[in-house]
Amino acid sequence: MAILVEGDTRVIVQGITGRAGTFYTDSALRYGPHYVGGVRPGKGGRAHLGLPVFNTVREAVDDTNANSSLILVPPHSAASAMIEAIEAEIGLAVCVTERVPVHDMLRVKAALKGSRTCLVGPNSQGILSPGLGKIGVMSTSNAKPGCIGIVSRSASLTSEIAAQTTVAGLGQSTTIGIGGDPIHGLGFRQCLELFRKDPQTRGVILIGEIGGLEEEEAAEFLSGQDYGKPVAALIVGKHAPPQRRMGHAGTLSIFGAGSVKNKAKALSSAGVLIANNADDVAPTIAEAIDAKHQQRDTM
Amino acid sequence: MYLAEYQVKEILSERGVPIPDGRLARTPEEAERCAQGIGGSNFAIKAQITAGGRGLSGGVKFSTTPRGVRQAATQMLGAPLVTPQTRPNGEIVEAVCIEVAVEIVHSLYLAIVIDQRTAVPSLLASCEGGVDFEEKAQENLDILKSVALTIDGDLSGIDLDGFFFELGLTGEAAKRVVEATRLLVDIYFDHDATLLEINPLAITADERAIAVDAKMIVDGGALYRHPEFEAMARESKMDENERIAQANEINLVRLDGNIGVISNGAGLGLATNDLLIEKGGKPANFMDIRTTATSFQIAKGVDLLLADPKVKVLLVNVHGGGMTVCDTVAEALNFAYARSARKLPIVYRAAGQNAEWALTIMKDRKLPFEKFHNMSDAAARAVAVAQAR
Repeated sequence: MAILVEGDTRVIVQGITGRAGTFYTDSALRYGPHYVGGVRPGKGGRAHLGLPVFNTVREAVDDTNANSSLILVPPHSAASAMIEAIEAEIGLAVCVTERVPVHDMLRVKAALKGSRTCLVGPNSQGILSPGLGKIGVMSTSNAKPGCIGIVSRSASLTSEIAAQTTVAGLGQSTTIGIGGDPIHGLGFRQCLELFRKDPQTRGVILIGEIGGLEEEEAAEFLSGQDYGKPVAALIVGKHAPPQRRMGHAGTLSIFGAGSVKNKAKALSSAGVLIANNADDVAPTIAEAIDAKHQQRDTM
Repeated sequence: MYLAEYQVKEILSERGVPIPDGRLARTPEEAERCAQGIGGSNFAIKAQITAGGRGLSGGVKFSTTPRGVRQAATQMLGAPLVTPQTRPNGEIVEAVCIEVAVEIVHSLYLAIVIDQRTAVPSLLASCEGGVDFEEKAQENLDILKSVALTIDGDLSGIDLDGFFFELGLTGEAAKRVVEATRLLVDIYFDHDATLLEINPLAITADERAIAVDAKMIVDGGALYRHPEFEAMARESKMDENERIAQANEINLVRLDGNIGVISNGAGLGLATNDLLIEKGGKPANFMDIRTTATSFQIAKGVDLLLADPKVKVLLVNVHGGGMTVCDTVAEALNFAYARSARKLPIVYRAAGQNAEWALTIMKDRKLPFEKFHNMSDAAARAVAVAQAR
């Protein structure tokens, strides 16, 4: 089953003719058959990488029946691209663009309210359902279909942990990057809800980091309920100097909020297993799944 | 981009927000002349650095005479100021602000920030402003009142009078605070700020509201539409290495250890440094190679580490993804080593896209590396090598 990227996913690429658009669409086409077209204002009517190009998202949706969009446009036009996708009622929009102005994201978030669109990102590597397809820019070389759902604030660390779950023989149902920016679409909490309903997913890994509220909101959601599947978390930046931006804009916090210690404490008291370091994540979730399995057998 | 106090105050005064009479001085003599020019018998001498936490770290001094101002400026100028928000070795103070020390009857805290939960900017205010405000707020968040703004800064539907009345402000002072707040909201939105903080906003005996200290962070992602900050960005005291890295698509933060870290992605970079520190090592830097960086650009980042005399060993921890593939990093190491006399040992660990090809490059170019399979072993080895050298 997997989540978000499924069998009937039909993707258009906003910014398909650009450098990043061309590179990543080409690589995505090699991975799955879900791509049906692209958008580039002024270049409608042409074809690119064998896909039809449209002037607007609306035209692309009308013609191709697309339900998802991968957004690979420069930062200054990212907000209008996201809002265009929302107004065309795209079901799932994934924005990869880094360095989108924060005030632009406030407008995007306002447009999202009450809309039919689920936004992932910006500054996200996207979504990968191994064996089914991807809407994103991640490597697929170490991914394998399996039972672990991964939701993360960081791209390279997602590939790293996914590779570990492949080696451990578990594989992945879906991996999602929610992006490294302070203001973004889909969060840990909604991903946890989706993974709970997905029968393929037997355990979930959260990859968090300093700053922001994602881990705290996930803990709030998980505490006081039986999630039904083991959840393990890695939170990085334990030793990072406070109040300095560490790569992601989302790592910067004010009033000393968002420390690894507080996040781990909140998640741990909500029943989440905390991995000691990046090498410890796959073993932690593997052990928890085994324990759950044995528990079921003895019941 | 974090603006220094005097830079924020220039903007405030242009827009009509009352600030104390003050001048910027770069030498002790200049500081003394500033004080004479300002007049009066109560001066504040404030170090201009691009980080907060200054008040409690000796970055603000007071004096009653121009001569005293000169002495205080002598102590501050050219010396590093360390606060909880600077790099561990602090930031060199290159300028001080000489200001009239305002007689404060009442200290307000005022800030505009973005509420991450709602993705809407909020106005925060408290009656208990001052240098120790953050500590007080951490203990008791109730001293802070907030009201949600709109995403475009339109204040027509927001009852600012009522908001400040609830904080206990009345009369002329309340009027002045509301006036200042309106101006501050405009400044915040017009400059793509993510934080604008006035602490304290001083209420004086004659019921004026004066922005005694001001802090502003402008969104780095929005600088392309703010050419007015170009000059400020150039003269901002960003670490030279961090600036070069930035220009080469690498996010670098200088730390003060002896293990040079080469890593792609913020999360992997943080995870690598966490591992090093847990194993008793000291990273010299945090590195996040952006996906858009070429091997030539990454090589510039490696150059910086090789040129740092404190660095004893390089730890490469890379996971090849969609665009930053392992061989791009291996080529970068090759370029940097080919032009550097300092062939530091490399503890090497690479996985993901093109890991095997990268390994071939490392071997063919005869780079001095030791290969490890997992991160923990690589980190432990880097720590051991750094300690032995």
